[in-house]
Amino acid sequence: MKRIAILAATSLPLALFAAGEPELSLVLENHRFTPDRLEIPAGKKVKVTVENKDATPEEFESNLLKIEKVIPGKSKGIVFIGPLKAGEYPFVGEYNEKTAKGVVVAK
Amino acid sequence: MIATALIVFREVLEAALIVGIVSAATRGIPGRARWIAAGLGAGLLGSMAVAGGAGLISQLAEGMGQEIFNASILLLAVLMLAWHNIWMTSHGRELAANARRIGADVRTGSRELSVVLIVIGVAVLREGSETVLFLYGVAASGDTARASMMAGGALGVAAGVLVGVLLFRGLLRIPLKWFFSVTSALVLLLAAGMAAQAARFLIQADVLPSLANPVWDTSSVVSNSSMLGKALTGLVGYDAQPAGMQIAAFVVVLGAIALGMVLVRRRESAPPHTASAPSTS
Repeated sequence: MKRIAILAATSLPLALFAAGEPELSLVLENHRFTPDRLEIPAGKKVKVTVENKDATPEEFESNLLKIEKVIPGKSKGIVFIGPLKAGEYPFVGEYNEKTAKGVVVAK
Repeated sequence: MIATALIVFREVLEAALIVGIVSAATRGIPGRARWIAAGLGAGLLGSMAVAGGAGLISQLAEGMGQEIFNASILLLAVLMLAWHNIWMTSHGRELAANARRIGADVRTGSRELSVVLIVIGVAVLREGSETVLFLYGVAASGDTARASMMAGGALGVAAGVLVGVLLFRGLLRIPLKWFFSVTSALVLLLAAGMAAQAARFLIQADVLPSLANPVWDTSSVVSNSSMLGKALTGLVGYDAQPAGMQIAAFVVVLGAIALGMVLVRRRESAPPHTASAPSTS
């Protein structure tokens, strides 16, 4: 599972350029994000679907990405990321900050 | 438990600061305590309703319902605060003079008080619904430390309320001569800050462009997740990494309300119109 996630994450930039509208997804389970490292192309707006598989709500938050969004338990939420300059942009699940964290890498 | 208390405190803090300032700013208006209480009650009930309908709200507007909802209630609060400040420009002095004469002019005050109810209601609603969702998550988790986490939540709420009360008390100590100048300045910054926060949600919803992001980065000085950062966000809409659009919203709203206040003050101090004094002609 983890390997698939890594594979998916590394091959995503290629897939993005092929598709008309870049779309990515993140899964939150047991208060952890998979993948916890999301690569996106710099200078492009990307639509990311965050699926919360936990029963409890979570707040997807990143000050740098300008996102603050509650995602109720067992549901999906859409966030728009970018266009970003190349760099790293951390995000957290505010209700479970210790485990729910990740980073968006714009290249 | 402490971690839970801190998270809840951070959420409650912003609302508490707003309630503290607005409660102080309406000093001298008869019957305002009842309206403030009604605003708090409506906000709390609304929080539970919004938390319960969170799933439904987020599905609206093609998945951007939450952002649009947050931006809308913030903008509603901005309008109400703007109205409050402009109204206070013409009535503040009079109220200060009559502060001890209860029942001076209830009718003048009642329209103003419905504004207070709305501002307090939406402030509590916005921060409260997130707190309710968080605590619901804690309560629903099978965590063994659930009871102590809930106690932490209660502690966080109490601490937030305490800060609001202290701010309120502190503001009341300001001599009457400066009192309304200080509170109108605070309300002005509060409104501009809320406009900046609304802009942030509209950027998030892809309704507004960010216009350069971030314009500056002061997260190493005061981070947004710190207590001070949260307090400053509540007071003036502080963002350590603001987008250009947030700054524009802040400046435009600040300028518009300040202009409104200046115009009202000028009209008040100008000699009476000939229309209102027909006998002069």
